[in-house]
Amino acid sequence: MDFSLNEKQKMLKKITRDFAEEYLVPVAKESDEKQELDETAFQKMKEMNYFGICIPEEFGGAGLHNDTIGFSIVIEEIGRADAAWGITIAVHNGVAAYPIYKYGTEDQKQRFLTDLAKGNKVGAFCLTEPNAGSDAGGVQLTAVKDGDEYILNGTKIFATSGGIAKTLLVVAKTGEKDSRRQMTVFIVDADTPGYSVGVKEDKLGVRASNTSELVFEDVRVPQENILGDYGEGFKMALKILDFGRIGIAAQCVGLGQAALEASVKYSNERVQFGKPIGRFQGVQWKIADMACAVESARLFTYKAAYLHDKGEDYGMASSMAKLVASEASMLAAHGAVQIHGGYGLMKAYPVERYFRDAKMGEIYEGTSEIQRLVIAGNLLRKGA
Amino acid sequence: MCIKQVPGVSEVKIDPKTNTLVREGVKSIINPNDRNALELALTLKEEHKVEVIALSMGPPQAEEALREALAMGIDRAFLLSDRAFAGADTLATSHTLALAIKKILKEFNSEEKYLIICGAQAVDGDTGQVPPELAEELGIPQITYVQNIELSEDKIVVERKFRATEIVVIETKLPALISVLIDINKPRFPSMVGIMKAYEKANVVYFDSNALNADKSKIGLNGSMTEVEKIFFPERKVNPIMIEGSAEEIVQKLCQYLKNDKVF
Repeated sequence: MDFSLNEKQKMLKKITRDFAEEYLVPVAKESDEKQELDETAFQKMKEMNYFGICIPEEFGGAGLHNDTIGFSIVIEEIGRADAAWGITIAVHNGVAAYPIYKYGTEDQKQRFLTDLAKGNKVGAFCLTEPNAGSDAGGVQLTAVKDGDEYILNGTKIFATSGGIAKTLLVVAKTGEKDSRRQMTVFIVDADTPGYSVGVKEDKLGVRASNTSELVFEDVRVPQENILGDYGEGFKMALKILDFGRIGIAAQCVGLGQAALEASVKYSNERVQFGKPIGRFQGVQWKIADMACAVESARLFTYKAAYLHDKGEDYGMASSMAKLVASEASMLAAHGAVQIHGGYGLMKAYPVERYFRDAKMGEIYEGTSEIQRLVIAGNLLRKGA
Repeated sequence: MCIKQVPGVSEVKIDPKTNTLVREGVKSIINPNDRNALELALTLKEEHKVEVIALSMGPPQAEEALREALAMGIDRAFLLSDRAFAGADTLATSHTLALAIKKILKEFNSEEKYLIICGAQAVDGDTGQVPPELAEELGIPQITYVQNIELSEDKIVVERKFRATEIVVIETKLPALISVLIDINKPRFPSMVGIMKAYEKANVVYFDSNALNADKSKIGLNGSMTEVEKIFFPERKVNPIMIEGSAEEIVQKLCQYLKNDKVF
């Protein structure tokens, strides 16, 4: 067992941190207020290959498809600077670009992957519907075969990057109700007639990340756009989410780290009762608990990434990572606001934003409760 | 082009007992000025059909600096690393670099036409002597403190910073050496694919003193004409005074201080 990062991973971490400090941190507050990603940052993120971290170089990516720990490190550092960018990049890579690379046909890779990996097009994964949240099997958006095409009708909600995405992975119902085998994943080009973006959500946290309702009215999708096998969409969606959770976990680790760092800095600077508040045990205990939570989240995340790269079963590990990391970042952000006292409630300090951003992680991409179901289900089926 | 790995200056701490730099836990970085040299070399590479080779001298961990340069987009990297090189002053350093440059140029058949780009000075030693000495060792023209350059087939036209506000325009044939200032450009970040390639597809070639057929009396401590007698931090003799208040108040107080000190 070796816990050290290799030289390449250290460089990925260092460069991404420096880059994020320069281009993401200074605009994070403004982006949060405007509910929009910064345009200059967007261009720079493209140049840095952050839209294709885990995509091979031949498709315009960074080539870290066999280094999910490296991928996690990069997301972590982006998330440390701005959780909204963290979730945007984690989702784009983890549940849009990577699934096309992993499960797509050669033709699909040629048509969709390069634009995604280069960031010319943003990707989104569209599963959630008004009546299909945690109960992902309840998808009602239908796809009906018509010749060589499928006609999609229905509405998706809460799609991360939905409003800015040009390539969508859409989970559609293609068979009988309650038959989970009868779902299919389609790759949909946003330029297809009948597709439109509905309401843009006004959220608690990660506000710069776009979250939108997506409307499908007689959207005709060629059958060669089916990702994986027809009728196997539910399994496919779960496999996609298995990998996606590693990215979300990494984003939460970064956010937790940011909250911890802000707290340590503030505890050394803020003087009350004649000494820095870091000298008080009440503050020390908080910092210790925050550090332990963030570090365990980091280890869980790297472990899931490691198992993925070893080709081993990693679904439960990624659920554990996502659960532990999202709750760690919430704990850290909660502690950070408390340590900052009144200042922690003010927009002038970033911990107020961390607090709002952290709550998102416990809900999106599978709530903490769903993660616990997955973990317990695995254990009860296979033994502890 | 030549780069040097140096301790990150903002993180340098002083051991109050020994009065020396605390090296432990201090991150190493590419000398900031050398990053400008790298950026210039890479810009020239984008505009012209040239190959960019980076050279560094230092302990094996200096490989990290060269890997970063590879990630930024240079074509090849060489590291001069040998205990025999240790303790070199600027003269021994430039002699060693010159030996390596001659060897590399011979290997690539470019002894006729080349441009050496260096950062003007390193933040650790801060002498600024290596670039001029290196040019002398190689017997080629040198232009220091360059802030703009135009490269054509066999010559360069550069703007050299001269005093604070003046610029001198100089033209010279290749080969030549230039040293660049920190405000010449904004160095790029290595991309993710650049980092991946730098570690998985590229090599850093090591040269030791034998590979360079170096005369042992001209390298390392033996080849050094200067000796560091003592390193110390300047004593703080004056306690700075902070004047606060409105602009008017500040000016009044400042004038009072100056009068009291009989400045006027």
